[in-house]
Amino acid sequence: MEGSLNMVGYGLAAIGPGVGIGLIFAAYISGVARQPEAQGRLQSIAILGFALAEALAIIGIALAFVL
Amino acid sequence: MFGITMAESDEFVAPGPNSFDFSDVALFHIGGLAVTKPMIQLLFGALVVFVFFYAAARRASLVPDRLQYAGESAYGMVRNSVGRDIIGSRDFLKFVPYLVTLFFFILVNNAFASLPGIQFPTFSRASMAYALAALSWVVYNAVGIRKHGLLGYLKLQSVPSGVSPVMYPLLIPLEFFSNILVRPVTLALRLFANMFAGHLLLILFSTGGLFLLEYGGIGYVAGPLAWVLAIAISFLELLVQFLQAYVFTLLNAMYISGALADEH
Repeated sequence: MEGSLNMVGYGLAAIGPGVGIGLIFAAYISGVARQPEAQGRLQSIAILGFALAEALAIIGIALAFVL
Repeated sequence: MFGITMAESDEFVAPGPNSFDFSDVALFHIGGLAVTKPMIQLLFGALVVFVFFYAAARRASLVPDRLQYAGESAYGMVRNSVGRDIIGSRDFLKFVPYLVTLFFFILVNNAFASLPGIQFPTFSRASMAYALAALSWVVYNAVGIRKHGLLGYLKLQSVPSGVSPVMYPLLIPLEFFSNILVRPVTLALRLFANMFAGHLLLILFSTGGLFLLEYGGIGYVAGPLAWVLAIAISFLELLVQFLQAYVFTLLNAMYISGALADEH
């Protein structure tokens, strides 16, 4: 079975976005817990932040396969 | 006909980008063009969306029947939670048909990943996702240029407000780069990479489980465990399929609303 160091690198690179996404949803959850009526508004902001943080992980996986 | 068989060998062949290459198993050829399964899926997905909404809207009545109700709820969800909330109640109606079509087209094509008999996400082929992102790039830029004129639009997108002009030489190229050039690429890559990675995981756990089972020994425990994980991942994939269709549509709406924004 052959592997590539790229994948190890990608695993390390995914730590950053992983922590970021965790922080975003932690903030979203505590925001909704404090003010449940703001859920609709917070949701789209949270998903936007999630998408932006996730973009880093995605660029990483693309590069892991390309390089 | 509908799948790619693994190469028979004693060594475990890890799935990779090759698992997504259908060019050797093209369904048929038109001229020199090989027509493969993902292409057919793309057309089929468009047909499914069209037929569903056409049938739901065909006999519209005041008291909706079940199909009309399903169609209206589906339409209303995107209209209200994406269109109205993001673009704003003033201009959103113009873009609702585009957003609804986009959402359900992506959703159906993603759902093909979990549909028995097809089991391949169309957008795990990067070119398909790029085409979709190119379309949305044209849409949000055209909308902005129509509203603000070319120069006004470029100013809106690349000159950040509330920043001292000293920073302009640094910020204007960055903003232009991120708002005009990189957006469609990340949009396409996000959809593509999610579908690609999810499908890759499923192939890995299914074929890996089989390999472990044939290996014997501890594989009799690890193999079935891998299959249980494959089932769990399938459910995770269902969530990701929906989420990616939603995020793609949401970001489209955000880009459109950004292009429509009044200058500060």
